[in-house]
Amino acid sequence: MSQGASSGGGTAGATADGYEAVIGLEIHVQLSTETKMFCGCRLSFGDEPNIHTCPICLGHPGVLPVPNRRAIEFGLLIAAALDCEVAPRSIFHRKNYFYPDNPKAYQISQFDIPLASDGRLNEVRIHRAHLEEDAAKMIHVGTSGRIQGSDASLVDFNRAGTPLVEIVTEPDLRSGAQVREWGQLLRATIKQLGVSDVNMEEGSLRCDANVSIRPVGSSELGTKTEMKNMNSFRYLERGVEAEIERQKQLLSAGGRVVQETLHFDPSSGELHSLRSKEESHDYRYLPEPDLVPLAPTPEMLEAAAESLPELPAARASRYRDELGIPEAAAQLLSFETEWADFFEGVLAHDEGVEPRVVANWVTGEFAAELRRQGDQELSRSKVSADSLGSLISMVAVGRISHASGKSVLESMVAEGADPRQVVEEQGLEQISDSGELEKIVKSAIEANPGPAEQVRSGNQKAIGALVGAVMKETRGRADGGEVNRLLKKHLDL
Amino acid sequence: MAEGDLTKPTAAATGLLISSGEVSSDEILEAWIERAAGDDLNAYLWRATGEQAQNGVEGSGSGPLAGVPVAIKDIFCTQGVPTTAASKILQGYLPPYDATAVSRLAKAGMPMLGKMNMDEFAMGSSNENSAYGPALNPWDRGRVPGGSSGGSAAAVAGGLAPWALGTDTGGSIRQPAALCGIVGLKPTYGSISRYGMIAFASSLDQCGPITRDVTDAALLLGVLEGRDEMDSTSVGISGGISSPSASDLSGLVFGVPVGLLGEGVEPGVRAVFDATLDRISSLGGKIEEIDLPHAGHGISAYYVLAPAEASTNLSRYDGVRYGSRAPSSGLVDMYEQTRSAGFGPEVKRRIMLGTYALSSGYYDAYYGRAQRVRTMIVRDFESAFADVDFVVTPTSPSVAFRLGEKTEDPWTMYLNDLFTVPMSLAGIPAISIPAGLAPPAGGGPDLPVGFQIAAPAFREQKLLEAAFALESAIGFDGSPARIP
Repeated sequence: MSQGASSGGGTAGATADGYEAVIGLEIHVQLSTETKMFCGCRLSFGDEPNIHTCPICLGHPGVLPVPNRRAIEFGLLIAAALDCEVAPRSIFHRKNYFYPDNPKAYQISQFDIPLASDGRLNEVRIHRAHLEEDAAKMIHVGTSGRIQGSDASLVDFNRAGTPLVEIVTEPDLRSGAQVREWGQLLRATIKQLGVSDVNMEEGSLRCDANVSIRPVGSSELGTKTEMKNMNSFRYLERGVEAEIERQKQLLSAGGRVVQETLHFDPSSGELHSLRSKEESHDYRYLPEPDLVPLAPTPEMLEAAAESLPELPAARASRYRDELGIPEAAAQLLSFETEWADFFEGVLAHDEGVEPRVVANWVTGEFAAELRRQGDQELSRSKVSADSLGSLISMVAVGRISHASGKSVLESMVAEGADPRQVVEEQGLEQISDSGELEKIVKSAIEANPGPAEQVRSGNQKAIGALVGAVMKETRGRADGGEVNRLLKKHLDL
Repeated sequence: MAEGDLTKPTAAATGLLISSGEVSSDEILEAWIERAAGDDLNAYLWRATGEQAQNGVEGSGSGPLAGVPVAIKDIFCTQGVPTTAASKILQGYLPPYDATAVSRLAKAGMPMLGKMNMDEFAMGSSNENSAYGPALNPWDRGRVPGGSSGGSAAAVAGGLAPWALGTDTGGSIRQPAALCGIVGLKPTYGSISRYGMIAFASSLDQCGPITRDVTDAALLLGVLEGRDEMDSTSVGISGGISSPSASDLSGLVFGVPVGLLGEGVEPGVRAVFDATLDRISSLGGKIEEIDLPHAGHGISAYYVLAPAEASTNLSRYDGVRYGSRAPSSGLVDMYEQTRSAGFGPEVKRRIMLGTYALSSGYYDAYYGRAQRVRTMIVRDFESAFADVDFVVTPTSPSVAFRLGEKTEDPWTMYLNDLFTVPMSLAGIPAISIPAGLAPPAGGGPDLPVGFQIAAPAFREQKLLEAAFALESAIGFDGSPARIP
């Protein structure tokens, strides 16, 4: 579970020296369809190069694209989740440019009439969302790792033609932290839809940020720079913050921001300018004559609306408003689908336990224990929602103490232990028979006359020694409050 | 039947000979392979051996066309068989798949005789833009066969193939058929799959038959048409196609776009056209003057739209994955050297034209405006067809011209398409049938004149019926061209 999402909504955009940042995002989402956007080749990641190819995705002479129906359905789901308007007839275009990763020398994308537009996800407006195809992957052999100066360049066409949805936001974001938080919400939302793996390291979700700054109060946009393809939202946050700072210093020193594409190196914290070839690029967009307009039927639109699951943003407000879970924990849980599902599984175990108590256990003790034991991946955890639920129940009804609960949790995370069994084997059940506990209290007072006398003469703090003695005797199975009550009773307080 | 006569019957008649058991399909194929081997018209770019011709052919001996060989324009991808589009840039290219049209022919049992010469990437009206030299007109070897399907037309007219598959973007089936004295049909856009047809201008390209007579054209169209899931723009012709049998034209109205025919038509061509109109009347058809007010701008619109699409279609020939790659230093140099060496001058001219037309800032002035003209031409035909059944014109303003006669001036060459381009822009079907002979403008022996009939979209059957009735009445004798 990621930390830090608890810092609340967007942080203030205005910087101390009178500038505010204006940020828009372009997000490419690889759809997890069975086959490619315009041919029948399988999608893959990490397979032997060039085995998932055919004349169509290799751009052979004479081939024609045939749109993938599933990709269109996934696109409509994303459009519905982002509350977009769907164009009755959207148009595919050819975006022309020469590069070895672009087999036809044009990418089939959408241009003036995208699949979806005018949407919103929480505080950020969605400008548009459109369908397109991914390029092939290039590997540059030699020292540079770039095409210039490499000994050779290899092209793997397995990725060529993978369906993509490109989502473009309005410039509604104001800080790096907000970019990260909103990005995580978007990722959670798309993951919830089940239309993409949204794995940034593998490139199934790629995010570019357009960053500019302007004086607070100004409504004009400054010159923007584009930050390309960071492989985590955390790096993107740092990159955006670094770029905001760079632009601030430039402008403060009387300089000008130059439109360019930047790369942020997370290890050095430095920004590098990439080639500014895009600036002069003329993509010569042309309506794709090989495809007819994309006109979703009412049935397709209905199906998309109906199959929309509860989305993270809605889930977060339900947790907050209906379950009384604090904002921070509600976001933490709902922005990561598997955590939300796990939480709800735990919750379902015992409806008698207050949801906020369950949320505390899941986001607090349990998440901390996973981290402490060095494995943050919930998917690899040995603890089932049911077993965590039964642990929380035992604590909630006072069958074991909170302290015992934490030690049981430790062995659950480490070994996947059954909490009931651990409680039984270690005899952790609290002493509920007050007669038995009373005996132990009495003998503790007798065995510790010094502290007992101090308490009687008004030193309340001295009671700690007596409580400790009782706890030692009961091996932590006694309820602290009850022990205190009994001690006071027998010390005649 | 005597050995030498096996190549004389039309394709339809040949199919009957085979299905009746009178001749074996092997004998037919052998006879045609021998004819093809004697190609003195530079019509073939690749010729099949008997075994190669039968590759992938199904159902030999069954079906009305089983065993009838066919020649394929070299613009169709044929698996494992050289496919160049008459360009050096595809020298040595062996496609890994068959075009849908090609596999439909194979499925009907038709062996492939070979791959036919053409203008490079179908850009041209004379076949002189082939990287492998022009095909020659069998009526006069000093003259062009027309283009771009010049090799296909020359072979059919010259008796080197019973029939052929061509493609037509702005007249590339009809004009060479006219110049060679045979039949060429451009069907409605979308009636035949374009999958595997090397793209020139995707919104205009359409494949179709080049045949000796209208009956053969109908037969071949019947095999080729149909929706193909590999081509999103294909729909097929509902009801299919049957053999035409009409004997008169009574009740049918033929519209003559007089405005379009104003200038540039050779007197001999005009005379044959007028005589054909008279013949239509004598068959009971009615002639009416009509107006296609924007058709005259067709050439201008076409030479923006087609190059624009071509410029993106031909970008894939970059030396990266297949075809030729020139020696080079670095990526940009590889693109430049490969494409400079691989494309001929006309292809380069059109790539540059099209690239310019699509450039940012010019798009609306050129491509956008040309699209609007295209829409107006579509409407012109729609309103014409409200009053008439067909629109008729000469197929080409002139008879076959001499090799080299028009290569210096692209615009003069482009004017060959004046009467064929409007139908391409409108996407409607049009057929060219030989209507007679006329002397060339500069003198010399008489040469064939084509008569073009256009019909509303997907009315191919009606078009073929009318063409059949007219063809029978004309009784054109194409044999001088076929017997050297």
